[in-house]
Amino acid sequence: MSLLEGADLTKIYGDGCESCRARTGDSAGTNQCPVCGSVVACADVNLSVAEGEVLGIVGESGSGKSSLAETLALAADDGGEGESGSRIEGEIRYAGHEGNLLEVDYETRHRLRNGDISLVHQHVRDGLELDFSGGGNVAEKLLSAGWRNYEAVRERVRSLFEETEIPVGRMDDPTHTYSGGMQRRVQIARALANDPAVVVLDEPTTGLDVSVQARVLDTFRRVQREEGVAAIVVSHDLGVVRLLADRTLVMRHGRVVESGLTDRIMEDPHHEYTQTLINSVI
Amino acid sequence: MSEFESAPASTPLLAVENLHKTFDMHALGDKRVVGLEDVSFAVERGEFLAVVGESGSGKSSLLKCLYRTYEPSSGRVLYAGPNGTVDLASCDDRTVIDLRTKAIGYTSQFLDEIPRVPAVDVVARPLHEGGMAVDAARERAEMLLSRLRLPEALWEAYPATFSGGERQRVNLAQAIAPKPRLLLLDEPTSALDPETRAAAIDLLREFLDDGTTIVGVFHNRDVVEAVADRVVVLEDARVREIGPVEAFDREVIA
Ligand SMILES: [Zn+2]
Repeated sequence: MSLLEGADLTKIYGDGCESCRARTGDSAGTNQCPVCGSVVACADVNLSVAEGEVLGIVGESGSGKSSLAETLALAADDGGEGESGSRIEGEIRYAGHEGNLLEVDYETRHRLRNGDISLVHQHVRDGLELDFSGGGNVAEKLLSAGWRNYEAVRERVRSLFEETEIPVGRMDDPTHTYSGGMQRRVQIARALANDPAVVVLDEPTTGLDVSVQARVLDTFRRVQREEGVAAIVVSHDLGVVRLLADRTLVMRHGRVVESGLTDRIMEDPHHEYTQTLINSVI
Repeated sequence: MSEFESAPASTPLLAVENLHKTFDMHALGDKRVVGLEDVSFAVERGEFLAVVGESGSGKSSLLKCLYRTYEPSSGRVLYAGPNGTVDLASCDDRTVIDLRTKAIGYTSQFLDEIPRVPAVDVVARPLHEGGMAVDAARERAEMLLSRLRLPEALWEAYPATFSGGERQRVNLAQAIAPKPRLLLLDEPTSALDPETRAAAIDLLREFLDDGTTIVGVFHNRDVVEAVADRVVVLEDARVREIGPVEAFDREVIA
């Protein structure tokens, strides 16, 4: 049984019309409906992640991968009705909960996001309070899950810093004084704080130098395997997905155009778009 | 599970049946490239089958199809596992991942780049992740690196900084460390000096004695002559002939 499954996931910005699905996607070459102007961020996406497995989602900007990541991480604050007039359809099933996660009430969503499914945002500013200390950012996640004992919280934060290779001595410094790589590690430590079953990483290397990227990814890869936590890694960078993911989905214009074992996708791409994507890197 | 059928103990470990692989290069005007054409052979348990042929004959494509890095276009790759027979050509991705973790090892002449992981950990980590205690995993990694003559000074260094031959030793150690039931080796010794190649041959012999089955491409004939039981010769993506290693002229297996 899969840990997390998405079935027919569709996210549309705008009013939508009967033609939206047919007039967008890979064959149409756009994600914007020419009839009503709505943007079909993603449509009819089916995926599943098993316990401890890493699923990669690769595509260019506008492919719908970030919308999909947010949807899977239950990041849209009002459930079925997304932000700024978007609409989410389909089903998200999770082994730790009965029913469709897209239909749960605010409290349940809040609880799942704090404990079971956590998101590492693409932009540090969306994930961290930069004026707070690094330790405070991680502690905040524990407090919202109900931790109350000061010493226990501090001890847990300390061990998360060690696990993600952040100098413990910097725990009380404001997060904006950290390097980009350290800020990303704080995000990862925060995401892992409540022992989630699934971590969703949205473009984990954004804004980092190449040498720093490699170190952050390696840390994540080690911790992910040690903790046996499942992950969904969304990136435009094939190298990121190649390093982390067991299986990969390739997205374009809001549709999944190809999926399979990551090494198979890289070495034996079937879809024309995947072939172009991989040839442009080699 | 539907993909498993029970198999009698006498069946070969691997039975390749009418395997075809074509590549459709859409970016090149839908050019079609034939990688393998109607390839069939069987590999017995504990056997070492050497795959030989000129470059471009399909050797690497064959190994990649067996490991599912290439998805076969048609045909079957029947692997007789302890829980029954699995068709590696068509089973689902998770079954492949599971078999790669537990039973089937692969290495090519190219080492996967793992940034900032010391050589010893590249070998030890998968063992630990597979359930071995940290110390035991490390000990086994050090033993294999030492047998493959990687200088001790390099054990804690990053393979990204190594020479081709040094990386190949880490690569080979990583592939064989979990003692897979089936080892797929694609020129794993091409960059090794003669002494290290001899050490690698000794190691592979021990694995064969322990029951590991090997399908390998080697470009040194001394390796093939020293350890192979049978040879399959590929030519233009097809099997030209197959037979015991003694039956072939030295020129064929060079
Ligand atoms: Zn429309």
